[in-house]
Amino acid sequence: MGIFRMPSLGADMEAGTLVEWLKQPGDALKSGDIIAVVETQKGAIEVEVFEAGVLDRFLVQPGATVPVGEAMAEIRGDGEALQPRPAVTASEAVRPPAPSPIASVARPPAGIVVASPAARRLAADQGLDLAAITGSGPDGAVLFTDVEAVLKHPPKPKPIEKPPVAKGQVVRPITGIDPLAMRAAIGTAMARAKREIPHYYLAHSVEIGIATDWLARANATRQPAERLLAAALFIKALALALRKLPEFNGFFRDGAFIPAERIHVGVAIALRGGGLIAPAIHDTDTLALDDIMARLRDLVSRVRAGRFRSSELSDPSITLTSLGERGVDLVMPVIYPPQVTIVGLGTPRLRPWVIDGQVTARQVIDASLAADHRVSDGHRGALLLASWAEFMQRPEAL
Amino acid sequence: MTRDELRILIDAELSNIAPEADPTALADTADLRGELDIDSIGFLDLITALHASTGVDIPDIDAARLTTRAMLLDYLAARAS
Repeated sequence: MGIFRMPSLGADMEAGTLVEWLKQPGDALKSGDIIAVVETQKGAIEVEVFEAGVLDRFLVQPGATVPVGEAMAEIRGDGEALQPRPAVTASEAVRPPAPSPIASVARPPAGIVVASPAARRLAADQGLDLAAITGSGPDGAVLFTDVEAVLKHPPKPKPIEKPPVAKGQVVRPITGIDPLAMRAAIGTAMARAKREIPHYYLAHSVEIGIATDWLARANATRQPAERLLAAALFIKALALALRKLPEFNGFFRDGAFIPAERIHVGVAIALRGGGLIAPAIHDTDTLALDDIMARLRDLVSRVRAGRFRSSELSDPSITLTSLGERGVDLVMPVIYPPQVTIVGLGTPRLRPWVIDGQVTARQVIDASLAADHRVSDGHRGALLLASWAEFMQRPEAL
Repeated sequence: MTRDELRILIDAELSNIAPEADPTALADTADLRGELDIDSIGFLDLITALHASTGVDIPDIDAARLTTRAMLLDYLAARAS
């Protein structure tokens, strides 16, 4: 008998709220299946199961807030018989999470209703005004269960009318991300990074003309759906550089460095409403450029829709933050704990560059690195950036 | 496809990429990527969608020059059947 537990989807997560089950008792499960949607500060996350078998029974019901590590469902191994047992109610299986002293730093300004994404969706669907609902969450945040309670026992029978939509006005879909909760989550993780991790920083200007020329040639014969962006090359070059320098790929936990067995590069993606998220591209070093590009496009489209999978959020072993084509020259990034390294890339530009004593115009990018001094030193960090630069000179081998 | 149909198509795709913005409020000569804060992947998604819905070939070297709605309209109108 296996137990499906609430996964940890980041260093800052203490609990998640079950939004819905996507599998039912009796359904066959294989590793990687999406079993549930869980709401966190990062929005609604699709949670995968990493065990094959048959879903036996639920231990918690939608709406329940479940601490990380707590049992949520029982999974029967293949061939294991179904056993009758007394039902467990949600209140028995779930206890509220311990309040976090840090979670309250990002107190919202007065006049703004704090509510979880699921609560917002439910309230919007039912035409309820969130401001009229008393929240039971941290800082009085309105939770899914609060909205449900109002629906069951409405204090005023008159539902609030939705404002009329003007002709030609576009109604925006509600995404699963609450900007205030996301800001609080980033604040918590970055405060911990700055408090606990002794960062050191390095920067290196790298000529990437060979790579950008190669990219232009490769894209000339491709239809838009198959085209590559420089980001795919950047990501692959980092993954290959990490193979030789494993002390930058892993986690610092309980006072010790634990190297990651696989290379899952997390790619920082800015959210349009503010905030960012860095989901992982799994086994980055083994993927072809086309596969990395496809994964990147898929991630960005799901970030726009506010849907991520649990494994993408929980296990990046390093993060890459790239400012793209319309950014600035250099980024000094902050490590996302418990990771030990973050690599930053500025905006590539044509700059004066000296080759054989002659000044010529070349595409140059500023690569930077922040790493954990409890794990590595600047000398090795410099080798990582130099190795990345070397891989960028041989794009056809990426 | 008429120019008006192409305009509706372009604005709809811009809405998909920048859901919180109102592309119809943007001038034809405005820099789309700058005004709507569209990154490289967003722009590639736009070109991919326009290629799929119009059938017009948009080579990468041309795509980089199509920075405004007016340029997109001219380019697609001249090539769409």
